[in-house]
Amino acid sequence: MAINYLYPDFEVQRNESRCITCRVCERQCANLVHHYDAETGRMISDESLCVNCHRCVSLCPTRALKIVKTDHVFKENANWKGEVIQDIYRQAETGGVLLASMGTPKPYPVYWDKMLINASQVTNPSIDPLREPMETTTFLGKKSTSIRRDEQGKLITETSPQLKLDIPIMFSAMSYGSISYNAHKSLALAAQRLGTFYNTGEGGLHEDFYRYGANTIVQVASGRFGVHPGYLNAGSAIEIKMGQGAKPGIGGHLPGSKIGQDISKTRMIPLHSDAISPAPHHDIYSIEDLRQLVFALKEATNYTKPIIVKVAAVHNISAIASGIARSGADIIAIDGFRGGTGAAPARIRDNVGIPIELALASVDERLRAEGIRNQVSLVVGGSIRSSADVIKAIALGADAIYIATSALIALGCHLCRTCHSGKCNWGIATQNPELVKRLNPEIGSEHLVNLLTAWNHEIKEMMGGMGINSIEALKGNRLMLRGIALCDAELKILGISHAGA
Amino acid sequence: MDGYHQHQYLEGEVRIPSGCAISGIIDRSGKRFSGGDAITSISVMHDRSNGLGGGFAGYGIYPEYEDFTALHIFYYSSEAKRKTEEFLEEHFDLINLSKIPTEKHKAITDEPLIWRYFIMPLPTKLVSSQLDEDEYTARCVIRINKEIDGSYVFSSGKNMGVFKAVGFPEDVGAFYRLDDYKGYSWTVHGRYPTNTPGWWGGAHPFSLLSYSVVHNGEISSYDANRRFIEMYGYACTLKTDTEVITYMIDYLHRRQGLALEEVASVIAAPFWSTIERKDKEEREALTYLRNTFASMLITGPFSIILGYNGGLMALNDRLKLRSMVAAEKGDKVFIASEEAAIRIIEPNPDKLWYPIGGKPVIAELYTTGQGGAHGHQLPVSGL
Repeated sequence: MAINYLYPDFEVQRNESRCITCRVCERQCANLVHHYDAETGRMISDESLCVNCHRCVSLCPTRALKIVKTDHVFKENANWKGEVIQDIYRQAETGGVLLASMGTPKPYPVYWDKMLINASQVTNPSIDPLREPMETTTFLGKKSTSIRRDEQGKLITETSPQLKLDIPIMFSAMSYGSISYNAHKSLALAAQRLGTFYNTGEGGLHEDFYRYGANTIVQVASGRFGVHPGYLNAGSAIEIKMGQGAKPGIGGHLPGSKIGQDISKTRMIPLHSDAISPAPHHDIYSIEDLRQLVFALKEATNYTKPIIVKVAAVHNISAIASGIARSGADIIAIDGFRGGTGAAPARIRDNVGIPIELALASVDERLRAEGIRNQVSLVVGGSIRSSADVIKAIALGADAIYIATSALIALGCHLCRTCHSGKCNWGIATQNPELVKRLNPEIGSEHLVNLLTAWNHEIKEMMGGMGINSIEALKGNRLMLRGIALCDAELKILGISHAGA
Repeated sequence: MDGYHQHQYLEGEVRIPSGCAISGIIDRSGKRFSGGDAITSISVMHDRSNGLGGGFAGYGIYPEYEDFTALHIFYYSSEAKRKTEEFLEEHFDLINLSKIPTEKHKAITDEPLIWRYFIMPLPTKLVSSQLDEDEYTARCVIRINKEIDGSYVFSSGKNMGVFKAVGFPEDVGAFYRLDDYKGYSWTVHGRYPTNTPGWWGGAHPFSLLSYSVVHNGEISSYDANRRFIEMYGYACTLKTDTEVITYMIDYLHRRQGLALEEVASVIAAPFWSTIERKDKEEREALTYLRNTFASMLITGPFSIILGYNGGLMALNDRLKLRSMVAAEKGDKVFIASEEAAIRIIEPNPDKLWYPIGGKPVIAELYTTGQGGAHGHQLPVSGL
């Protein structure tokens, strides 16, 4: 063994008395952890290959398997923790950037968990959603600033293009390429059935999915993959991706190994060539350039589609958002630094950007201070994990929510955070046909529909508890929130009082 | 406050939910009558108030000054009065000024200085501000209330006035000698706050320009409404529902030019499922209004009576979570939280009904508009 030997993170524990050597684990593991030893007639495993994705555990018919964290340790050190030492070994050996997937696992504060929701007692009644209408319909888009009437005095009801959502939750951008055909199809089917939208991400739109256009947001990112007039007109809205919460300030890289026939065609790039998205859009070096792209896209779609500008939550986010609001964009999407990714440099994912809760609170407040909050809708994402997070985000000021990690978990993702390996055993973050077919889009979409239907029930229950029977009365209603164990600076930014106050 | 000694919260320092009683009367022929009926009406709902606030708005009470804005101001110090009058002199012609006549009442104590001014904007100032008279006046009123400590403008309309105090409304009426005033319409409010602010400005009606609102309820949309309306130059300093409702009505009716029915379809918007069932033109109009002014939807229980020059509008929340009754007798229309409050002044109305939630009842002078008490009505028989 080398001096910088890395002991495996996990141990695969097999209960020999239960194992019937059916070899399901062996067939299911794309990481080749398990194999059958003919000499002993037993299954053995190479745990150094295990990513802890639970595929084998979930499919073992006798529950003979479990994965446990290794108890092998470095000498305890609060500063030089084991993972720090291991990262140094890795880089000393390879000279490479450390890659990671999904949202940061670091123990940063999760402000959703430090806010509590209100309920009515005595002075006004709570409302029972089983007995009374409880409305969650949301419109996204620019609102008129003043009423106009025709010669007869009738209201002119024409508006900028709007997106109508039956529930205030959409699936955020995940490209075909970073996730599989079946994952995309699951999202499209679910969006259609839920009356909401999914987002193509930067990988273009597979020709099979044009039929879901009414529930699709098409993305234009710095690589411009798969962008052509038909694509721009295929969806109900266009999103300009300026940044992503998991990796603010950098672009993307889909390795050539994942660019098969279908993806090459959809992205309009040569087979097996690397798909590299530059860090900036090379036609946007400033806010006035953004305005030009916004209007170029509006021209290309004859002003029929709202334009979303998606940015990562960074330090100066409120000024950036204010600039975007004045750039002609209809919707601003902000992605917090705990948001997921198919691959990102670990140091960037774990250290760059700010939490979505703080970004949202500060942007909403700034847009109101400037009197332009009604001219733009605000969509936030970056680790929204439950209906309670949704309620809190809307009460802080969001119009709607983007979810992606939660959606992937509903499709079977176990958050092993090795999407960048391309060997997703759940058929989600992979282009290997053998693995992709493990995800059935019918069942996948059903799980997504179930998840959001359940969340919507919970949202309605909590709204009813607050005596609110329509989601717009919750938007920006910060009196419905109280902070718990937060300091004055945090409370001030969130614009809420502490519990008990 | 020094954080050590006990301190009673002032209005605006904390949010104070209130239960309440409201009542309103209008004579659509324009015949003027004294505030006595409003006092009688509210007195039978004594138990709906708790002595911590009562007030009246009378319309048509200053015909001799109808072209001038009447400011009613509370002063808590002579310094506040001096500063305010300095500010007024800078911005307005002061046509007349006096103390508002009051009568000592044992239940009404700790009164501030209560002054009345009839004013009009200084023409040069108005021109250079590039605003119309209403907007100019409204901004000045908001500025005094926000910036001059110890001074509070609680009435700023034309040919109308608000009279309010801490106390039971019937005592407040006697204190202000409202029997001596004659108006074509009156609204009145008895307050049941859950806290004890003991500040006169916090009593209702709440008023801006000639709009006045009396309100019974606690709206759950308060902070959504407040944070939205504050974008347009309003400052919700009192943290009360009535204040934010008044500002929203002012914004929608005066500044956006919506008709009162349209205002009602914003703040008590029909459910989407109801809108879906309307014919195309109405559906598009309702969808447009609800979407454009989404953040002005009011949820939670409320019943309000809006007073304005020439009429009254009564409106319930769309689930009708607060009681409200309307009645008609000849030229008069009555609205109150309880039927008894109507029958005490009009035992035999021609018609009496419970307005449906979200449907406004609008009663105007025959000379103002359509006249009549229109809006959706549910005739009540056998009562």
